[in-house]
Amino acid sequence: MGMDKETGTDAVKRGLAQMLKGGVIMDVVTPEHARIAEDAGACAVMALERVPADIRADGGVARMSDPELIVKIMDTVTIPVMAKCRIGHFVEAQILESLGVDYIDESEVLTPADEEHHIEKHGFKVPFVCGCRNLGEALRRIGEGAAMIRTKGEAGTGNVVEAVRHARSVMGNIRRLQHMAPEEMMAAAKEMGAPYELVVETAQLGRLPVVNFAAGGVATPADAALMMQLGVDGVFVGSGIFKAADPPPRAKAIVEAVTHYNDPGILAEISKGLGEAMPGLEMSAIPESELLAQRGW
Amino acid sequence: MDRIGILALQGAFIEHIKTLRSLGVDAVEVRLPHELENLSGLIIPGGESTTVGKLAITYGLVEPIKEMASGGKPVWGTCAGLIFLARRVQGIEQPLLGVMDLAVARNAFGRQLESFEAEISVPALDAVSQPDERGRPFHAIFIRAPLITAAGDGVSVLSRLDNGGIVAARQGNLLVTAFHPELTSDTRFHRYFLAMIAQGQATP
Repeated sequence: MGMDKETGTDAVKRGLAQMLKGGVIMDVVTPEHARIAEDAGACAVMALERVPADIRADGGVARMSDPELIVKIMDTVTIPVMAKCRIGHFVEAQILESLGVDYIDESEVLTPADEEHHIEKHGFKVPFVCGCRNLGEALRRIGEGAAMIRTKGEAGTGNVVEAVRHARSVMGNIRRLQHMAPEEMMAAAKEMGAPYELVVETAQLGRLPVVNFAAGGVATPADAALMMQLGVDGVFVGSGIFKAADPPPRAKAIVEAVTHYNDPGILAEISKGLGEAMPGLEMSAIPESELLAQRGW
Repeated sequence: MDRIGILALQGAFIEHIKTLRSLGVDAVEVRLPHELENLSGLIIPGGESTTVGKLAITYGLVEPIKEMASGGKPVWGTCAGLIFLARRVQGIEQPLLGVMDLAVARNAFGRQLESFEAEISVPALDAVSQPDERGRPFHAIFIRAPLITAAGDGVSVLSRLDNGGIVAARQGNLLVTAFHPELTSDTRFHRYFLAMIAQGQATP
């Protein structure tokens, strides 16, 4: 009897994201960071050369990280390793796939390579996660093949306000869809600029058809628990850990906060004595042209 | 009515809860030791085994789960849960319950690109099958999956891949699957676990 093994299917792409739920995915820039993240209980790491706060500070063009660094991090930890490519840069994605990374983040944190088109993601065997600010954007990315969604938030700011705005927008619009009559769905799809079939599926499920994480500005255990209580499935923490005064205990506390997000007593306990959080940025202090969430559509 | 706990530290616990509730079973999330009380059985779901292990230690769940397992309560581990129940993981030091006489290789098929779906044969499921399900293969989803590389005498193998790799096994009240029945609509494995609970209660 020959056994047919099917790889690269929607079920296995979306399935890995399902296994990451209730967990924290941490940005790491060295193998040492990756080990700290794994020891703290991260369910995956994002391998990159600079955390978003440094990308923001440095300016210029931000690109895919050096494959050598990504491979070193893959060799260091047993948990899944993600890496970022530029929006629309399908060759960076091909390179990351050939390295064998577990997930690709087509990310607005890097400088977009294409201002009109995101990557056609169905054609890849490796799964993709993409950012969104609202439900229409999330469903467009899923339409292109994204197997996981995250809020964009505003990366590298240590300010959770944009992640909250984006999560509330997605969740609020799903709640509105659930109350719509079937004949209203096409108008909703037109208005959001989202594929009709995915609008109908989302209304039926009462949630996105793929796993949905928060990202962009999470800096404390309370921030992480806030996003979980707003209804996301898990949390990405970028600059929030390794730009803080004492990364290891903060990383562990954020992991525990995502598990016990509904238990204020535990949240109080794990929030004690973590030292300084990363310095935060007020949105109004960022020039419009430097807002990362506006990249992509 | 039976109440089944799903370890909800991290991973795909909601999928198990939904499947059990669709079968009319009371299913609850378990994050703290006192939530293990008065359960008829426990499912340890898929997720990242290192994450789940660390959280289980920090929140004092390792000993109570061990006691539950050695006291005869049915426990089922899927994927990361399989690793967590095993006695030994090859080449890696990580926290384990160690209650099942298995040696396990993590990520045995490779990274995510090697994750796959396949039809596997699980004859033991016939015991809980409807007439139209009898003999039907089980559609199994393997995600960065582990493989059982050695099983002790008390372990019965429920399913093997073509190459002989063990992907489902049972040792008395303990059940493990390297794949994810909770990601499919086929509820036979969940019914098999419920039957284990019923059998345990019939012969105390």
